[in-house]
Amino acid sequence: MQTQAQTQTDMQPVIEVEELVTYYGRQKILDRVSLNVEDGEIMVIMGGSGSGKSTLLRYMLGLHHPDSGCIRLFGKDTSTLGGREWTELRKKIGVSFQGGALFNSMTVGENVCMPLREHTRLDENTIRIMSRMKLEVVNMAGYEHLMPAQLSGGMIKRAALARALVMDPKLLFFDEPSAGLDPVVAADLDKLILRIRDAMQVAIVVVTHELESAFKIADRITVLDRGNILMTGSVDEIRNSDNQRIRNLLTRTSEDVPVDAEQYLQRLTEGAD
Amino acid sequence: MAAEHAATGFRRLSEQVGRKFVSGVEDFGYGAALLGESLFWIFFGYWFRQRVRLQAVFAEMMSIGVQAIPVLAVLAFANGAMMAMQGIYTLREFGAESQIISGIATSVTREFGVLIAGIVVAGRSGSAIAARIGTMQMAQEIDALRVMGIAPVRYLVAPVLVAMLVMMPVLTLLADGMALLGGGMLSVMELHISMETYFDRVLASLVPGDIWQGLLKSLVFAVLIALVATSNGFNASGGAEGLGRATTRSVVLCIGAIVVADMIFTFFLIQ
Repeated sequence: MQTQAQTQTDMQPVIEVEELVTYYGRQKILDRVSLNVEDGEIMVIMGGSGSGKSTLLRYMLGLHHPDSGCIRLFGKDTSTLGGREWTELRKKIGVSFQGGALFNSMTVGENVCMPLREHTRLDENTIRIMSRMKLEVVNMAGYEHLMPAQLSGGMIKRAALARALVMDPKLLFFDEPSAGLDPVVAADLDKLILRIRDAMQVAIVVVTHELESAFKIADRITVLDRGNILMTGSVDEIRNSDNQRIRNLLTRTSEDVPVDAEQYLQRLTEGAD
Repeated sequence: MAAEHAATGFRRLSEQVGRKFVSGVEDFGYGAALLGESLFWIFFGYWFRQRVRLQAVFAEMMSIGVQAIPVLAVLAFANGAMMAMQGIYTLREFGAESQIISGIATSVTREFGVLIAGIVVAGRSGSAIAARIGTMQMAQEIDALRVMGIAPVRYLVAPVLVAMLVMMPVLTLLADGMALLGGGMLSVMELHISMETYFDRVLASLVPGDIWQGLLKSLVFAVLIALVATSNGFNASGGAEGLGRATTRSVVLCIGAIVVADMIFTFFLIQ
């Protein structure tokens, strides 16, 4: 069983994004983005604010439909999936959102139990044991009776991670794991992500703008900039890249945006009678 | 020059009216879509492994219905008493004050019971539901539901709709009873009749159709409040201020919708 699943997934990437183009209103956000994520690897999508990395994540999660291009998860084209197939697919996917997105009206324990309650017919005891196991994994055992509002930033991320893991996903998305955390807690979280990959054989997609964290956890890195993929490669390849824009990102150099006088004037006077 | 100004002014005005109209149609369509999807999950959710949970429905019934009982009882009672006061005072000039009993009986059951119930539920739950869903929207909890494979409408709207459809008629009957009781207290004091006589005369002047009219309206109100409140929640954006706006808008639109619907219904039912 295990080996069969292994060989099946070996043949094809877990995520294939092909020539994805998206718009927000009339503004193009992603421009012909293509990306593969293989089974069992940690792919870090890196880029500054406004680079389109969060948008790419939302499209990969199926929260929006692509304007053009195609996204395949586990080999299935997501635009052709019916409601029931989507539900089945989503049981294999775990997501930890930037702010945790824990349900504020429920305790931590209930949050973690929720996917099991909704998607399985396990009895209450089994559900409780499974959710506690996942809370143990993220070092949150004993906190299941607290409400999300009572948790610290790092604990919220870990609780959200436990909820994302509770269905034993084959694919895990992690949005900005270290945003808003102090360096020590962020480092702990990085270690946790590595441990989860090794223990659970899961493909992990991490979206972040933190260089240090990206270099520490990534198997491969994709650098997004202004809706385009600048480069996809291993940590060393990115580090040694001589692409100026990647160098700027790595060395935190600010960029001068070239000013076109005519366009500038046009922008100022646009819409005036 | 002035004519030109007037022309652009008119153009802007008509543009604004047009935009408002389009967004109104949009809201209406959104509400209809929510209703359709909720009904789908209620009836067919089981086959899609997305059952509407009874537990969630009961929780909603508690907050929408049971917890509204005290304030509704007081309001309905006061309203019934006020109608009796005004009616007796007005009819006394004609020496026909005892006719007030049948007046109270029909207007409470057809109109005021359900309207008070609707306004109380709109005020309490219309805001609470919009605020809850709006907060979830902004904290990405709705996205979290979707990526977990839980349809947000099934999880958040369908239970509200069912609970409203169950509780509104119950609350309407309660409001009817309390308003009649309030009217009765006043009638006993002012007309010097016994409570028994009062209720005998109330029952004598009522036909089942009066009660049904109120109950039918209560179902319409239930759907309106559920859809207006949830759609305002889903469309909330813009932080704490946006949440406040969505909540206010929800209550105002809920009450507006039920009053207008009430008028239209009464117009057709009274024919």
